[in-house]
Amino acid sequence: MIWDALTLQLGYNATLVTIGAALLGIAAGVTGTFLFLGKRALVSDAISHATLPGVGLAFMVMVALGGDGRALPGLLAGSALSAGAGLVCVSWLSRRTRLAEDAAIGAVLSVFFGLGVVVLTVIQSMSAGRQAGLETFLLGATAGMLWNDAVVIATGGALVLLLALLLRRPMTLAAFDPEYAVGTGMNLRRVELAMMGLALAITVVGLKIVGLILIVALLIIPAVAARFWTNRVGGVVLIAGALGGASGYAGAALSATAPNLPTGPIIVLAAFALFLLSLLAAPGRGVLAAVLRHLRFQRRVHLRQGLLALAQGQPIYEPLTLRLMRRAGLVRADGVATEKGRARAAKALLDERRWALLRSDPRQETAAARYDGLTPLDTLLTPDQIVELDRNLGPRTAP
Amino acid sequence: MHLELASRDGHIEPAEGISQSPLAVRGLTVSYGEKPAVFSVDATFAPGAMTAIVGPNGAGKSTLLKAALGIVQPLSGRVTCWGRPLHTQRHRLAYVPQRASVDWDFPARVRDVVLMGLYRELGLLGRVRARHVETAMACLSRVGMEGFADRQIGQLSGGQQQRVFLARALAEGADLYLLDEPFAGVDVATEKAIIGVLKDLREQGRTVVAVHHDLSTVPDYFDRAFVINTRAIAEGPVAQAFVPEILQEAYGGRLAGAQIGAAG
Amino acid sequence: MSGYEFVALSLPPLLIGIFAAVACALPGNFLLLRRQALIGDAISHVVLPGIVLAFLVTGTISAWPMMLGAGAAALVTVVLIEVIRRLGRIEPGAAMGVVFTAMFAGGVLLLEQSDTSDVHLDVQHALYGNLESLIWLDATGWGSLLDPVALAGLPPELGRMALTLLFVALFTAVFWRPLKLTTFDEGFARTLGLPAGALGLALVIVAAIAAVAAFDAVGSIIVIAMFICPPAAARLMTNQLERQIGWSVGFAVLSAVLGYMLAGYGPLWLGFENAVSAAGMIATVSGLILGLAAVFGPCRARAGAPVAD
Repeated sequence: MIWDALTLQLGYNATLVTIGAALLGIAAGVTGTFLFLGKRALVSDAISHATLPGVGLAFMVMVALGGDGRALPGLLAGSALSAGAGLVCVSWLSRRTRLAEDAAIGAVLSVFFGLGVVVLTVIQSMSAGRQAGLETFLLGATAGMLWNDAVVIATGGALVLLLALLLRRPMTLAAFDPEYAVGTGMNLRRVELAMMGLALAITVVGLKIVGLILIVALLIIPAVAARFWTNRVGGVVLIAGALGGASGYAGAALSATAPNLPTGPIIVLAAFALFLLSLLAAPGRGVLAAVLRHLRFQRRVHLRQGLLALAQGQPIYEPLTLRLMRRAGLVRADGVATEKGRARAAKALLDERRWALLRSDPRQETAAARYDGLTPLDTLLTPDQIVELDRNLGPRTAP
Repeated sequence: MHLELASRDGHIEPAEGISQSPLAVRGLTVSYGEKPAVFSVDATFAPGAMTAIVGPNGAGKSTLLKAALGIVQPLSGRVTCWGRPLHTQRHRLAYVPQRASVDWDFPARVRDVVLMGLYRELGLLGRVRARHVETAMACLSRVGMEGFADRQIGQLSGGQQQRVFLARALAEGADLYLLDEPFAGVDVATEKAIIGVLKDLREQGRTVVAVHHDLSTVPDYFDRAFVINTRAIAEGPVAQAFVPEILQEAYGGRLAGAQIGAAG
Repeated sequence: MSGYEFVALSLPPLLIGIFAAVACALPGNFLLLRRQALIGDAISHVVLPGIVLAFLVTGTISAWPMMLGAGAAALVTVVLIEVIRRLGRIEPGAAMGVVFTAMFAGGVLLLEQSDTSDVHLDVQHALYGNLESLIWLDATGWGSLLDPVALAGLPPELGRMALTLLFVALFTAVFWRPLKLTTFDEGFARTLGLPAGALGLALVIVAAIAAVAAFDAVGSIIVIAMFICPPAAARLMTNQLERQIGWSVGFAVLSAVLGYMLAGYGPLWLGFENAVSAAGMIATVSGLILGLAAVFGPCRARAGAPVAD
């Protein structure tokens, strides 16, 4: 069954929805990267919660006009309008008042959502029975979806992806180097607006699949996960797109296999699993790599400091330093330096003296700037330069 | 050369016994990520003196101060005040952070900020009495800000904010004052007011240690200099530690000749 | 409306709404100033997985285990956010977004997978709460307020919420100075020997306690709205922290009272038969108050950036 789902053999609707979710995931990963790099990831949370009153009002309007309140395009249009209003409120509050953006986001998301709940209860009381289905916008539901809705979602997914790819370049520039972007004559405000518009479009398309509470995850998690793998903006965008697409595809497919596997949560959990993998295992920025690196670094610092203390005949205070030095065979159990320890200490001291000399030589400024207390000088200079340096070092003071 | 001040490996011989020094650090290493900002620094600050911590940008001046105060955690090293562990002596220390380190949009008036300096006396629930307010006002008038007590802090100029921070430190009534770039981006009047207060403190036998970025004023303002560039380069009276060879070593080619001339 | 109707049907939910609103608004002030306003949002999302887990463990819907579960979930969230932020060097907003969505998704999935058909536990309830149902059946009129037998029949949520509010208010009062100090200048607070990190965590935990207790009575929406809207509106009214707290409490009470009344009676005045969601209306009113403060508040504009002179 799961295999059938992943290979798109569960019927036309499920297939369309799965493809739509994958396209949406890619677009969300790409767009989310720019929001994340601009430190505005949670703006999307305000956008998504602000869709609720629009969904309800659109339903009421469509019913009032004598149509079917549940027509998906109408509901999505309504949600886009109210999300846009929410976005305007966030921007107005954070620009015009002293409130920070996070407060504006929180205010807008809670108030719009509260208003949405009020509207939903109004609908409940005015036309009992016919409103069934609006609640599915909270968490998303693809089970029993109509053919038309599936087409809307697949098309929407393709459209937002296309837009995200078209806007990739200006968004990269605006997120990464806004000053340079302005210098090239770019209208930052318009790019930002486009970025928010894109986030809004993704939210709207994702409403039916992921639901408005969780759609924000699709914009944030892939981007954050991708950040662990690379430091290049282009790379983050690419990886975020891939992770988002994979989450959308796997989540939508899996949820089609059983009745009580809601699509939105499954997609989000798939993305979160990928995030955890990235957090732990990514080389470079991943946690395991970082912990190992830090331990190694701490060891180097302590050993070096211990050696310098040895060389000057100073006592070593830090228990950790002593322990590390004992383990490295540099001091005996009673704290007295071994043969090896004395030799290494002398070398460390010589290195420090060379560095000090290097720093006072204006010609060696670039090399001197590399000083971090740890790097042996012979890894930076040629043997000839070392000899030259040593000539100026003068008589060696005994440690 | 200055071998008498700093042995060539950067370890500095204590000018006086560590036990008398209001602030001494041993083997202090602080690292943000993989590059030490401060590496294996020994420093012993002389009591009753005004010492400038100087060094190029990114040389670890503020980091040294913050680690000495326990605001950032060092990778290794120990800090003593008057020969005792830092945490037992906190009540004798007052700190003036960089002005830019806080959000001045915080809803508080000038007097509220100065009263924060009386926290040790007031405790959790102690009532603010008339004498506390008097102390706060006296501290404000020492920095020439007595007319601003009820002003919202966001409405102050940079120099005024700096003076408020100094008044807060004065309210602590400490024996050792640690200041992080007190003269950065302030007006001439503020600079004069601050240096006047600091010199008064020295007259009263208190110790002042300040991170300082303007080399040209070091000889005028300070008695001693501590020169740092990740490692400690030198410490001593200005006439001995604040000399071209040492500054050259700390600043490399980045030090303009004019500044050395003015300094030496 | 008769006294009986008011005391039995409106007074308990009204009081619960007020207590919940104020209990959330108090810590909200500090969260706002610390740029952690959205912690409330994160916490209220993860309450769901907490109560679902508590239900799966105990097999019953009873208040205390569920509040414990929700509290534990809130704590896990706060720690996870901090871990991800530090280890991954990720900005706090994004770290929050990752954690609370994933935990909420986990909660929904657990709920769908477990058999909760015979108990009243669903996502909608978690979001909206059910303020209107917290009525006092034993009340016969104003006199019941003095009748111990009738008082015993008060909805238990009222007592819990009053206790929570008391606790939150005590915490704010006792730790007022350290909270103010660490919020304004953490580095300076550390030099005074104040445990700034522990205090920050304590604040978030107190906020979580308020959120969990309020959630039990009124649902998530009010919780998020009350953490942010009254303090934000209050910030625009004054430049003094003491007064800001006062304004925020006033706004919280006003939102609760007006919101509850509008939800209950507004539709009747407009000729509809049924009331609308009180929780939603309270959030909406708090938003309107914030909107008014943003337009008319005397301290709405940022102070001019300090001049480097």
